[in-house]
Amino acid sequence: MYALFVRDLQLALRLGGGLWNGLSFFVIAVALLAFGVGPDAALLAQIAPGGIWVFALLACLLSLDRLFQADAEDGALDLIVLSPTPLEGAVLAKAAAHWLTSGLPLTLFAPAAGVMLSLPPQSIGPLVATLAIGTPALSLIGAVGAALTLGVRRGGLLLSVLVLPLYVPSLIFGALAVRSSAVGLEIQASLLMLGATTLGCLALAPFAAAAALRINQS
Amino acid sequence: MDLVVQDLACVRGGRRVFAETSFTLHRGEFTVLVGPNGSGKSTLLRAIAGLVPIERGDVRFGDASLRDDRETLQEQIAYVGHLDGVKPALTVRENLRSWARISGAAAGAELERALDETLNRFHLSALEDAPAAQCSAGQKRRLGLSRLVLHPRPLWLLDEPTVALDTAANEALGALIDAHRKTGGVVIAATHAPLSVAPDRELSMNAFAPVGAEEADPFLEDAGDEEVWA
Repeated sequence: MYALFVRDLQLALRLGGGLWNGLSFFVIAVALLAFGVGPDAALLAQIAPGGIWVFALLACLLSLDRLFQADAEDGALDLIVLSPTPLEGAVLAKAAAHWLTSGLPLTLFAPAAGVMLSLPPQSIGPLVATLAIGTPALSLIGAVGAALTLGVRRGGLLLSVLVLPLYVPSLIFGALAVRSSAVGLEIQASLLMLGATTLGCLALAPFAAAAALRINQS
Repeated sequence: MDLVVQDLACVRGGRRVFAETSFTLHRGEFTVLVGPNGSGKSTLLRAIAGLVPIERGDVRFGDASLRDDRETLQEQIAYVGHLDGVKPALTVRENLRSWARISGAAAGAELERALDETLNRFHLSALEDAPAAQCSAGQKRRLGLSRLVLHPRPLWLLDEPTVALDTAANEALGALIDAHRKTGGVVIAATHAPLSVAPDRELSMNAFAPVGAEEADPFLEDAGDEEVWA
């Protein structure tokens, strides 16, 4: 399981591994939003929490369709299935590697994104916290979607349609916490709900994705 | 351990590929699976490995059964298919190391020694630090076959193992198969090209061709449509 995790990280960090795709998309989308809305700092600050979170969802989605597809195409998935690691463990390892190369870079860049969208300083901390707590769920749910759409040619669109609705709880609680922090409201409840969503996904997604992979084997 | 295949049947894309497939391969036997293109050789090998859903029947190897404890069965199988599972972005050595680690080998000096030995045996030492993207088809195939040695498993399922191999590598593969059967392993190879080692027996896919394949029943047709969509 650990070996698979290390291999996926290695692959992501190599040239063409797609580590920078999600992050560059996120940076550009945030900049575009700032340009599009214009110089009204108050309006930008109001849009910022939702905007940043939506872009984070979309950025995560970018690299998801290759999560199992790449291994299926070159035969590595067969070897993973035949390895002593349970398929559920393999899914968890791949989702963890995906988060480290998609969700984590976004989280680290979030303070800069907040400044670009004139988010008030007291909201920067909560923004980073919500992304750190919430983005693992995106990789986990995404793994289920990627497993379900395995073998579909150009499955990217189908994957988005399947996965994005399931991202709604994370989006609602994540953006809500950041918005509340901007006006000085309590954010603990939202953070707890966000954490609960991630933990729920952690418990369920590996089983769902492994079951989908077994069905999709061909 | 013997490999027992009982009444195995498999449906792909609404078509029954093979049916009533039963045979027993004894330990130490090397079997060649023959049949024309599209006769289901690859599907049969993948079905034995539990890599495609089976419609009916069972596969047993020792105490493990495909129906009851698939994972135990799969842990005894080394499968080399059309695809070698080679990651172009990793070097040859990294590819081999990651397979060994995923298959459960512990990292360390011992593994590195085993890697050296295996790379040497398959004449890949000169390439070990080159990205696998630079490998030719034959070199990739050798890299795929090297897994057989690196983490030994008793049951080998080889799907067209000689494709892209040169004469020397073909000889080496023959020697490998021979050594494996002498230690009590079971080898099945689906192949058109003759191997450099004589098989103990030959199985023909014609014996497993489904009866009345053209008149598949409506339920299967339905299942087929869904599969095409998926």
